[in-house]
Amino acid sequence: MAQWEAVIGLEIHVQLATQSKIFSAASTAFGAEPNTQACAVDLGLPGVLPVLNYEAVRMAVMFGLAVNAAVSQRCVFARKNYFYPDLPKGYQISQYELPIVARGQLEIALGDGSYKVIGITRAHLEEDAGKSLHEEFADSTGIDLNRAGTPLIEIVSEPDMRSAKEAVSYMKKIHSFVRYLGISDGNMQEGSFRCDANVSIRPAGQKELGTRTETKNLNSFRFVERAIDFEIARQIDVLEDGNEVVQETRLYDAVQDETRPMRSKEEADDYRYFPDPDLLPVVIRPEMLEEIKQQLPELPGEKALRFTQEYGLNAQDAENLVLSKEAAEYFEQTARNTNAEAKRVANWVTGELNAALNQDDLEIASSPVSSSMLAKLLNRIEDGTISGKIAKDIFRSMWAGEGDVDSIIESKGLRQITDTLEIETLVNQVVRENPAQVEQFKSGKDKVFGFFVGQVMKITGGKANPQQVNRLLREKLK
Amino acid sequence: MVMEELSVQQLADGLDSGQFSSVELVRHFLHRMQAHRHLNAFISELHDRAVMQAGHADRQIRERKHGPLTGVPLAHKDIFCMSGERTSCGSKMLDNFIAPYHATVVQKLEQAGCVVLGKTNMDEFAMGSSSENSYYGPVRNPWNAECVPGGSSGGSAAAVAARLVPLATGTDTGGSIRQPAAFCGVTGLKPTYGRISRYGMVAYASSLDQAGPFGKSAQDCAYLLQAMAGFDEKDSTSVDAPVPAYLAELNRPLQGKVVGIPDEYFSTGLGSEVRTIIARAIDWAEEQGCIIKDISLPNTELAIPAYYVIATAECSSNLSRYDGVRFGHRCEDPKDLHDLYHRSRSEGFGTEVKRRIMIGTYALSTGYYDAYYLKAQQVRRLISADFNAAFQDVDFILGPTAPETAFRIGEKTDDPVTMYLSDIYTISINLAGLPAISIPCGIHEGLPVGMQLIGNYFAEDKLLNFAHQYQLATDWHQQCPPGFQQKRQGC
Repeated sequence: MAQWEAVIGLEIHVQLATQSKIFSAASTAFGAEPNTQACAVDLGLPGVLPVLNYEAVRMAVMFGLAVNAAVSQRCVFARKNYFYPDLPKGYQISQYELPIVARGQLEIALGDGSYKVIGITRAHLEEDAGKSLHEEFADSTGIDLNRAGTPLIEIVSEPDMRSAKEAVSYMKKIHSFVRYLGISDGNMQEGSFRCDANVSIRPAGQKELGTRTETKNLNSFRFVERAIDFEIARQIDVLEDGNEVVQETRLYDAVQDETRPMRSKEEADDYRYFPDPDLLPVVIRPEMLEEIKQQLPELPGEKALRFTQEYGLNAQDAENLVLSKEAAEYFEQTARNTNAEAKRVANWVTGELNAALNQDDLEIASSPVSSSMLAKLLNRIEDGTISGKIAKDIFRSMWAGEGDVDSIIESKGLRQITDTLEIETLVNQVVRENPAQVEQFKSGKDKVFGFFVGQVMKITGGKANPQQVNRLLREKLK
Repeated sequence: MVMEELSVQQLADGLDSGQFSSVELVRHFLHRMQAHRHLNAFISELHDRAVMQAGHADRQIRERKHGPLTGVPLAHKDIFCMSGERTSCGSKMLDNFIAPYHATVVQKLEQAGCVVLGKTNMDEFAMGSSSENSYYGPVRNPWNAECVPGGSSGGSAAAVAARLVPLATGTDTGGSIRQPAAFCGVTGLKPTYGRISRYGMVAYASSLDQAGPFGKSAQDCAYLLQAMAGFDEKDSTSVDAPVPAYLAELNRPLQGKVVGIPDEYFSTGLGSEVRTIIARAIDWAEEQGCIIKDISLPNTELAIPAYYVIATAECSSNLSRYDGVRFGHRCEDPKDLHDLYHRSRSEGFGTEVKRRIMIGTYALSTGYYDAYYLKAQQVRRLISADFNAAFQDVDFILGPTAPETAFRIGEKTDDPVTMYLSDIYTISINLAGLPAISIPCGIHEGLPVGMQLIGNYFAEDKLLNFAHQYQLATDWHQQCPPGFQQKRQGC
């Protein structure tokens, strides 16, 4: 049996966070009543003309600079012609021969400490189409043109990825970039960030590419991973059965967890691209480029490097933290307001906080435990008021809205017992009440020591300072 | 006083001095419009709206809040969207389309106080040179009802020629203002591409389409152009350059101006009578002290093929929006989506429109794009270069507007290529984006002849200046087609 190698390229569509559409003044806000945010231009009425929203150009340039790409001095909008009811003009204004962003690249972490560079072929500006609503109406299709004309950048990668994991890690990196740059809300449920995955396989070692399929409109990292894994397995089956992979467009069905053909090549459109005569070529002057460069925010790579230098984090922790701009900010605010060491702060953010957010399906911005609350909690560990274990309980109480750390410590009496006399009394009591275990310990069974610690903790409800308990027990049992 | 013979300046004076009111003026022209419906110059007559607008104009005049065009009647080619009114573009496809907004041209002329009497007939989607390709039937030439008025703005040209309205708007993609102006004996100007906003003007070929004025004289056109021209933020291809005061430029002397005569515009295909008449106009220019210079525009013969690739390519895309989904003609009981598209478009478009959509679709297809569309764009640059070279040495280029006078209705409908050739002298100007004016300069066998004067970019003022000087010396522009003069009372 041959060893197969998967070859994957992604086309990521990112909705830009402009106030108005790319070629009209209509609002881009999500969730309005159908067709209430579509003006004459979006409806493609006779005689209307597109006028470019330069904010979209600016955002695309920011992206280009962030991925070290060549930003074109002159780019041209082209018409992509095809008929579809939710495409009002019968063509989509996109870019074809002269896109705004040319060749760039991005480095992804492979999780084993190594890195890989993924090539970015190009990124171009285009308008989104409207939405067809097939479910709402019996025997007919509804058209909602609110989304028509929403600005997008389509980021096309080189076929540089070799596994679904790599593809997801590339997509996450792009996601974090657009969030850092503030050019997209990156909301995947609302379709602001979605991708098409081109997948082919070939025998390992072969240079020439296999026939690829394109799986459309994947709007979660999980779906991307599953759809690609499914496609790889399917194509291997097809080839090993002696058949050929058909070049086609496929759709991923999350319920069945499989991809299915959408349309085959026989029906492939000829888009008849040509430069849009209604729009002038966009000229990006060096001064404009320089100005945007000056205004670029700190990007994940730089931030991770700074975290290792400024906070002494290791590279892996720093990488994990900066994946989300909000998490990185949360970390930094917490670290600034606590005496606890940065490593501990990082562990709490990527550990307890992250787990709680995932469990309740919350964004960090709506976390019930703010960074200042977490900082205070960590301070209480640091000053010995509570143990790390109790801190986790208190975190859950704070998460549940039971108040801040000090009030919870007071109301639940969770203050750590550090009074040596008090602990000593308890140690004496435990040793006295368990003569059999004392015998065992003294005959060399070291493990029994844990039993005594547990007993003390049990009596104190976990509040006894563990270091002191240990020390006093050792002295007593010596 | 014969109202329909008055110039715009005389109309403005008459309104200003209270000699007549706008309502009187408008009623007079509406009456003429009704009396001459056989010309089929109008698709929509806007009686009630016009009288109301005129009443409003009269109030403004009484309150002394008026401009030179306040209360002056006007017709719009039915290609300009007008809020609340049908904008058909001469097509069954848009027969039911009520525009929800004003074109910028309509907006500007409304602000200037013009009163819109109606919307004029035209070739469907401005595709044609005879105004026969209209869903509403052919327009007739006021000089001879058996002849075409030219196209595509034939309704506007015929309406001005027959004195049904003093001013009209038109659009020109390959000669659609100048050729009908020549055929009907009126003055028509195609401005520089970008001089007038295209917003709200139904698109035929976006890189060539340009709106412009029709009037009895260059002076009348100057009034209208003044109100139409200017940058519009809604049209990215409109040019943000100052608009000169056109009327102030009309009286400059022509002494010393260099007039280029392109060899290629006087070769085979030009009728000998038209040639003779144009020669007389050249003689006149020389008498004014102009320097006449022979020039060459070597790529002229490539203009028609290049045009019919570029214009059709753009139109095939521009007309995709007419799909029966949101507005316009929709077929009965579509079986499915494909049937909806197929029948709505088959039923809604006429033959010439379908022909051009098919040619353009073909020219843009994979495998043909380089050979047709790209090649045509290269030819377009060569044609522009010809003109740029010529304008290094000359102020104007002068020649005939069309090779012959108006042809008979039906004469060329079966032969599209012959029809296309009637635009041979006008098309290259659109490809280059230059301004040009057609001026009446003679009559042959009862039909008007027009000369075309081409200027450099944004030289509309110079073109109007030349034309006005010519019209001060001649009376071709004052000739009224027989049967359209009012019986003069008391003389």
